[in-house]
Amino acid sequence: MTRGATLAGRKRPGEALVYGFLLFAAGVSVLTTVGIVVTLGKESFPFFLEVSPWEFLTSGRWQPQIGDFGILPLFTATVLTSLVAMAIAIPAGLASAIYLSEYASAGVRNVLKPALEVLAGVPSVVYGFFALQTVTPALRWVFGIERVDVYNTLSAGLVMGVLILPLISSMCEDALSAVPNSLREGAYALGATKIEVSLKVVMPTAFSGLAAAFIVGLSRAVGETMIVALAAGSGPALTLNPFRAAETMTGHIVRISGGDLSYDSIDYNSLFAIGLVLFAITLTLNVVSNRLVRKYREVY
Amino acid sequence: MYMDINAPGIDAPAIETRAMNFWYGSSQAVYDVDMKIRKNRVTAIIGPSGCGKSTALRTFNRMNDLIPGTRVEGQILFNGDDIYDSSVDPVALRSRIGMVFQKPNPFPKSIRENILWGARINGFEGDPDELVETSLRRVYLWEEVKDKLKKNAFDLSGGQQQRLCIARAIAVGPEILLMDEPTSALDPISSGKIEDLMTEFKERFTIIIVTHNMQQAGRISDETAFFLNGILVEMGPTRDLFFNPRDKRTESYISGRFG
Amino acid sequence: MRTRKPFRAATLAERHRKGQAMAAVFLGATVFAVLSLLILLASVIDQTAGYVLVEYGTSEADVFPPGEDGSVPPIGSLSSPELIAVLSDNLGPRRLKALELESPLEERSRGDLADLVLAEVLEPEIVRTWTLFESLSSRSDILAWSAANVPDGALMFRFWLSPDFLSRSQSSDALFAGVRSAIIGSLMTIVLTVLIAFPLGLGAAIYLEEYSRDNAVNRFIKTNIYNLSGVPSIIYGMLGLGIFVRFLGPLTSGAAFGLAGGVAGDAGPGGSAAGGVVDAAVSAIVDGRTVLSASLTLALLILPTIIINAQEAIRAIPRGLRESGYALGATKWQVISGHVLPASMDRILTGTVLAVSRGIGETAPLVLVGASTFLTKDPTGIFSKFTTLPIQIYQWTARPQAEFRNIAAAAIVVLMVLLMSLNATAILLRNKYRSERRG
Repeated sequence: MTRGATLAGRKRPGEALVYGFLLFAAGVSVLTTVGIVVTLGKESFPFFLEVSPWEFLTSGRWQPQIGDFGILPLFTATVLTSLVAMAIAIPAGLASAIYLSEYASAGVRNVLKPALEVLAGVPSVVYGFFALQTVTPALRWVFGIERVDVYNTLSAGLVMGVLILPLISSMCEDALSAVPNSLREGAYALGATKIEVSLKVVMPTAFSGLAAAFIVGLSRAVGETMIVALAAGSGPALTLNPFRAAETMTGHIVRISGGDLSYDSIDYNSLFAIGLVLFAITLTLNVVSNRLVRKYREVY
Repeated sequence: MYMDINAPGIDAPAIETRAMNFWYGSSQAVYDVDMKIRKNRVTAIIGPSGCGKSTALRTFNRMNDLIPGTRVEGQILFNGDDIYDSSVDPVALRSRIGMVFQKPNPFPKSIRENILWGARINGFEGDPDELVETSLRRVYLWEEVKDKLKKNAFDLSGGQQQRLCIARAIAVGPEILLMDEPTSALDPISSGKIEDLMTEFKERFTIIIVTHNMQQAGRISDETAFFLNGILVEMGPTRDLFFNPRDKRTESYISGRFG
Repeated sequence: MRTRKPFRAATLAERHRKGQAMAAVFLGATVFAVLSLLILLASVIDQTAGYVLVEYGTSEADVFPPGEDGSVPPIGSLSSPELIAVLSDNLGPRRLKALELESPLEERSRGDLADLVLAEVLEPEIVRTWTLFESLSSRSDILAWSAANVPDGALMFRFWLSPDFLSRSQSSDALFAGVRSAIIGSLMTIVLTVLIAFPLGLGAAIYLEEYSRDNAVNRFIKTNIYNLSGVPSIIYGMLGLGIFVRFLGPLTSGAAFGLAGGVAGDAGPGGSAAGGVVDAAVSAIVDGRTVLSASLTLALLILPTIIINAQEAIRAIPRGLRESGYALGATKWQVISGHVLPASMDRILTGTVLAVSRGIGETAPLVLVGASTFLTKDPTGIFSKFTTLPIQIYQWTARPQAEFRNIAAAAIVVLMVLLMSLNATAILLRNKYRSERRG
């Protein structure tokens, strides 16, 4: 053998280089978060010099031309569209998860699951097209043209619900499948029907996983942009009527940044202020859902 | 296959199988089993692992129906009626033939809820507190948990959980209790406590217990059935089977040459 | 003690009925989702073809040379010289000169010349469009309506999704618009995105799964990545705008390398030789709004997904595989590159391709990073201005005129085909790696 007689290792600078790159790669993710926080903070800071956070968060008027920067109209529109979306996505997503994990035969699953995955893969701008092209006219036909605006939060919310449905469905399915089979067997052995086992034993047991799924769905709805940009409306409006047009936080950001915009104008800075609020909301929701996911993973 | 069919008290067996065969998909697990299980007795089913004893047990309450691709042939009679007849609802059957599993599987609910859940879905309309106390007393758990009925069942020890599962099963009021190696996951003291229950229980229930622990079978059972490779080799009063086995294979198993 | 009847048939039947009703509801929900997908696809396809009623500013009879029998020849039958003649006769000298500068008329293709004649001489204006379904089902009504209301108009059945559509570039007229620049932009952006995101993502995953110890820093990194995967894409757009476009503007615009846009070669502010078309949003902002910025932004966006997926793929490889490598005296990296990665690569690639297809469909972050509202030249390099398919779809869908819905729908079909092929490739890749592993 030509190897040296000692057990001392060879110098391996290659390994160190590799390690360095890998560490850097992992560090990029940290840099990203830092970048987001710094950018949002830095670019919104000048805005908060002009407009007090209190006014920003509580005023109901967003009219930059006259210096009114109250986020409430945008915020309520976001809440409205998100609630409509959740009203569709949560029941339908949970129901389809129960069906797929407890009832469907292998053949049926092999057709429906990929279909749901396709649904999830459709870009949101296509959904926006669908909302404008088909859903809004349908709503206007059902409820009457006078009642339903050409742009309205209901249409955007409904379509968003369909967009988010597969996400919730798949997360709920994971949560339900994680429930050990021994629990189901115990329930069946007591003379329970399939539905009783699913609804009264499996679902309550999977609760924290299900809640995590709902929260992730909500976070997704809050951050969704293209559907609302196309279908919900292009002007801030403080209204709770889903048939009326109203611009959401995300829709506003996209509309303003797509037009003439000069750096360091108050409009530019206001976008980042809105972004800050958006980031805070979605981050909170995601942290909560993460805690819930970890909780249910530990139990099993 | 030796079985003392003419022993007294054998008429109207609780469970009787006639030419029972069982398949998981295309692989057969149980071959041509004829057995009679006497009422209000403890019957043990012993045999090496993989011999089909758990499979046989699970046919009695049609738990195997939950596994796709399984098939049963032959008759399995419960109080004279074939339980695989198309008119029989397995859900109803399972409320009359209860089961306790190898690994304790209480619901992640309170102790009280665990007892009441099965009874309620079966239409129980009596006094819940009474049911909970009676069931827990029967398994000698009442004194240990009477102050913490609202606590989560998962907070109990393994042995306590298993006794809770037994209490849960009997709260539904079955006639037969199937026990699939109920003590193999427990420590000796807990196992002993559960074994003590068997002798009392047989006054109210018919007990069929699958066990790989021969000594346990010897201790608690009135009759024993020996399974090997899916065949019922021998069945009879426990003393006879253990001290005077008629089949060579039974003798080899008993004396520990395999299994 | 309890009130039960043996085999309580009555309540039992109730319980079963309830169960069946619920099962039907659950199935219904799943079917609802699939149905929505089908309706969506149908409404897209419905817009991709149909009758178009067009009115010409100048009628063909006035400008085309008449055929032997005195009738007006269709534009398809005119030769290149004839088309050039039509152009020379009917366009003003300045316009002709501008066209020549862009590309000499003699050298243009027949199809190109025909388009020019259509656009510049005949000046068609869309009066009305019909959807595919309408066109097929109420043909006679459409014919009658056209004859009654626009007797001079030309009614044609048009496939908005056509080879022309794929080869033409942007135009403000729906009849002549195409997605060529958008497709090129999408492809360029996504290729660069993958080149950036894949090594980084894989590297981070390897670090986290193989090298990192369980301490606070690494736990933080993991939590951080999970949180990042839930951050809305528009926030990444703001990050891109603030850092890549603005702060790193000199780098991303290429100015630092002397390759800045705004100089001849890219359509800078009013700089196009064709004249007239100004990138409206450019004038106020320095030009870091390039393919590079877009790709960097998208890379950061899909990075968490790639990392999490690769982590799971690597974690799924059993310890035994690594241990046998170490036992032979291999270094950590040798074990990883020689054993772990090949074994997990199929899953890693599939997940990466799926993350990439998500990136292709992203619109909001790219709007923020400054996708161009109007490009006259295709993107040529990483420092070029750009537009992408989803951006194009967004812009067209937002216009009120019906014909823009038609081309938006056509563009959607192109995008969906692209995505489907990508996903199909992912599945093929996965199967290939799987069978190679099995040997």
